[in-house]
Formats: sequence, C-alpha cells, structure tokens
Amino acid sequence: MLRLNDLSKVYATGDRALTDVSLTVEPGQVVGLIGPSGAGKSTLIRCINRLVEPTSGQVFLGDMEITGLGRGALRQARRRIGMIFQEYALVERLTVMENVLSGRLGYVGFWRSFFRKFPPEAVENAFRLLDRVGLSDHVNKRADALSGGQRQRVGIARALEQDPDLLLIDEPTASLDPKTSRQIMRLIVEICDERGLPAIINIHDVALAQQFVQRVIGLQAGRIVFDGRPDALTPDVLTQIYGEEDWSATIRKADEDGDEAEDELGNEGDHHGAASVDRERLAGLT
Amino acid sequence: MATQTFQRTWRRRSTRRELALWFGWLLLVALFVFCWQVMTENTIWMFVTDAPRQAADIGSRMFPPRWEYIPALLEPLWDTLNIATLGTLLALFMAVPVAFLAARNTTPSVRFVRPVALLIIVASRSINSLIWALLLVAVIGPGVLAGIVAIAFRSIGFVAKLLYEAIEEIDESQVEAISATGASKAQVMDYAVAPQILPAFAGITVFRWDINIRESTVLGLVGAGGLGLRLQESLNVLAWPQVTVIFILILITVLVSEWVSAKVRHAII
Repeated sequence: MLRLNDLSKVYATGDRALTDVSLTVEPGQVVGLIGPSGAGKSTLIRCINRLVEPTSGQVFLGDMEITGLGRGALRQARRRIGMIFQEYALVERLTVMENVLSGRLGYVGFWRSFFRKFPPEAVENAFRLLDRVGLSDHVNKRADALSGGQRQRVGIARALEQDPDLLLIDEPTASLDPKTSRQIMRLIVEICDERGLPAIINIHDVALAQQFVQRVIGLQAGRIVFDGRPDALTPDVLTQIYGEEDWSATIRKADEDGDEAEDELGNEGDHHGAASVDRERLAGLT
Repeated sequence: MATQTFQRTWRRRSTRRELALWFGWLLLVALFVFCWQVMTENTIWMFVTDAPRQAADIGSRMFPPRWEYIPALLEPLWDTLNIATLGTLLALFMAVPVAFLAARNTTPSVRFVRPVALLIIVASRSINSLIWALLLVAVIGPGVLAGIVAIAFRSIGFVAKLLYEAIEEIDESQVEAISATGASKAQVMDYAVAPQILPAFAGITVFRWDINIRESTVLGLVGAGGLGLRLQESLNVLAWPQVTVIFILILITVLVSEWVSAKVRHAII
C-alpha cells in the first residue's frame, strides 16, 4: 500500500533528519512510530505527503510515486492521504462543520468552497462522520469552543471526510489527558479497522503504542532501529531506541488498565487482572 | 545580635555594564542640554513673555462662539466624513494585496516581490497626508477627490504594514493542515489564512478610519475639501468666533468616531 524507498531528508540548516528509511505498510495495518524527540518522526510522516520535501528516495502510494509528482498531481495525491495533528491544527475561528468540510477542499472548486456550497453528499458524509465521532451536537460551534478531546475528534472527522486511502497521524494524544488519549487512540484504531485503512501514528507514549497498534517501528537519529510486534519491545530494544533508562515500569505499564496508568514511575503493577480483560476487549476490536 | 557574614554576592550587571549604563544616561542628559541651548538661541524672548497676554487676547475674541455658523458647516462636515470613509475603503483595496505580497509566508518571492511591497509601504507611510494632499491638489485639482486619494495613499502603508505583520504571525499548523487535504493555494488563503487575520483586519480598518477622520479635518487647509476649507477661510478673515465653532465641531466628530471605533473593535476582538 505505502512503500518508502531509501527516504532521506537533510534540512537547509544541515540537520540530517532521516537517513535511508525504507518500509512498507500493508493495507489495513496500523503502525506506531516511536522514538525520542528529534528522531525524525514528524519529518518522516510529512515527507510522505510532501509537506516536507524529501531530499532523496521515493514514496509510493499504491503504484503512484508521490515523490515524482508535479504541483497539481501532488494536490490530487494529498486528497487520498488524511492527516491528523498533534495540536489538532483546526482552523480555530471556523465552525466544526467548516473544519470537517475542509477535508473536501481538494474536490471542489474555489468559488464553491468560498461560498461554503459543498456537494450534498459531502455534507451528508460530514454529518455521518460527526455522528461517528460523537460530535453531532456541536456542528455549528466554533472549533475554539471545544475541549481538547473534542477538537481531536473534529481533526479525525476532517481527515476521514477526505475519504483517504492512508492516514498519517502526528502525535494525536500529546496534548490530551491519559483517559482522553486512550479514547482517541481507540477511536482511531476502530475507524482504521472499520475501513481497512492503513495508518502511521507517531507516538511518544510507548505504553499507549503497545496497547493499540499491531506493529511498532522505532526511529533513532533518523534511522529505523526496530520494526516488529509491540510485545517484542524489550528493555534492550527501548534502550537502543531511546538510550539507557530503567524500562521496567514502562513495559509493565502496557499490561495495566489504560485509564489508570499514566504515572511513569509509580504503580506497583498489580492490575494484571484488569489488564487481561482490557486485552481481550481490544482483541475483539482490532 | 549575631552578625552574619555573607559569602556570595549577586549583581544584576557587571561593573563594566553598570558604568556603560550610567554613561549612556549621561550622554542623554548632555544631548538634552545641548538641544535646549539650540532651541533658545533663536527665541525672541519678548514674544514668549508676551504669550499669555496674546493667548488671552485671542481667547477673548473667540468667545462667544458664533453658533449661527453651524448650518454652513454641515456640508463640509459631510465632505470630511466622506473623505475619511471613502479614503479608508480605497486604501483597503490597495493595501490587502500589498500586505499579502509583503508577508514572508505568503509572498511569491522573498527576494524580488517582497522588497517592492515593502517599498510601497514605506513610501506611503513616510509622507504625511497633508503633503499627499498638497501634491494631489496640484495634480487632480482642489476638491474632495484630492482629499480622498490623499487619505488613501497615506493609509495604504499603515494598513498594509499592520496587516502583513498579522499575516506573519498566523499559526502555520492550520495552513499545513489545510494544505494536507489537497486544497489549492487560493483555498488555503480562504480557509487557513483569512479566518486567522480577520479580527486583526477589522481592528486595523476601524482604527485607521478613526485616524483618517482626524486627518481629513485639516486637509481643507491645502484645498482638498472638508472642514479645513472653512477653517482656513475663517482664519483668513480673523473670524475667531467661527473658528471656535469649527474646533468644537471637530472635537465632537472625533469623539464620536473614537466611540464608534472602540465599540466596533470591542465587538470583533
């Protein structure tokens, strides 16, 4: 579905953000991208839709080589790639509905979008998506009137309004509390599952990644140093990705109930009973 | 009482910087004294000492105001308001494109287009509207039109400068998000940039309109229409009671315009 071939990025300042990154994401696969700050996670997903121009290497979406496209063709390719952002990146002064419909901008002409005359099926779809993410009561509210979790739901609806073939998700939970984080992650994973959508999720929280994704890629200084199942994340692997640290609490935390475990160092980890229930529930979902 | 000895000291600045600071202040005082000397050198002190008596004399001639003069002022007042309002509108049409060309994040070329836009802004701002009016009266002849264009030319720089600063301060992540949907450049402007600068734009517009009302009251002095025309006529014939009426009218107009612009700005922001 998505294939990266020796992707590299050197910024104008001379910083090497990515070095020869190659990976393939299968249809319907949700990939968690972990790594320390500055490892190149954000750069990687921005190189895929060329919000950041890669220095060398290729990106293929299906059979199309995104890296070789001209301006107009790139716009058409971007319509197929939904993106969800860390600080939601909603247009604060527009309404929830306008924000969701902006996912359709690649399909309508300037004047139609200027007068907010979107095709009826796009509007209908937007209503459906707002129902799906639980925001049907907030259609005409301004985006800045919503809470963090609600805003991220609008962000998800906007990405889905594009009817994408791929989701790029940049730190979706970084500004959210632990409970909301888990709800948002669950929603994303469920939606990807419903639609068979592949997704790449940048994520800081290792435990959260372990809890929700099927595959984890570890990035360190712009190179892939780990690619495997979440349960293969041993202390050694984490040390390789992040550097030396006591990882026992972090890994055990993945077995705890999501809504309670946030404190990195605390908790004796005696929630194993609840954890197995949670696992089963998740297994049903994914 | 036991005496404590303090081992560690802390100072905000080093001795050197402290001295430099004092020296800077000293220079400032010296400059002030020097300027005072230059100023007083050519002053004829007889006139200065005479000032209170002269002021009292003119003051006494200004009262009582000649209220019957008001009907003759209504039309020039209307002209003044029109000059300010139409001039502001005209300026907006020209200033918005200039602002987009001048802002780093929206200009098509930082190296070629941006300097031109900045030059337009500086040129417009560096010339007072009274001087613009003087030039334009010579070019398009005396009257309201010259006033409108003068106000517009002076306002372009002001509006464009504040607006391009607002454009440069927008949140880029919103632009990124809209671009990522496959939106065209024009759509990105409409959906990601415009909503973010709209409050600033409205605030700047009303603020400039308010300033323009004040400026347009004097444009008549050089023949560009409005209240200033009557002011000059009255001054020429030493009709001080009429001057008083004009002053009062200007004061009221400015108060009203300030009240309106404060209200509007409050409603928007």
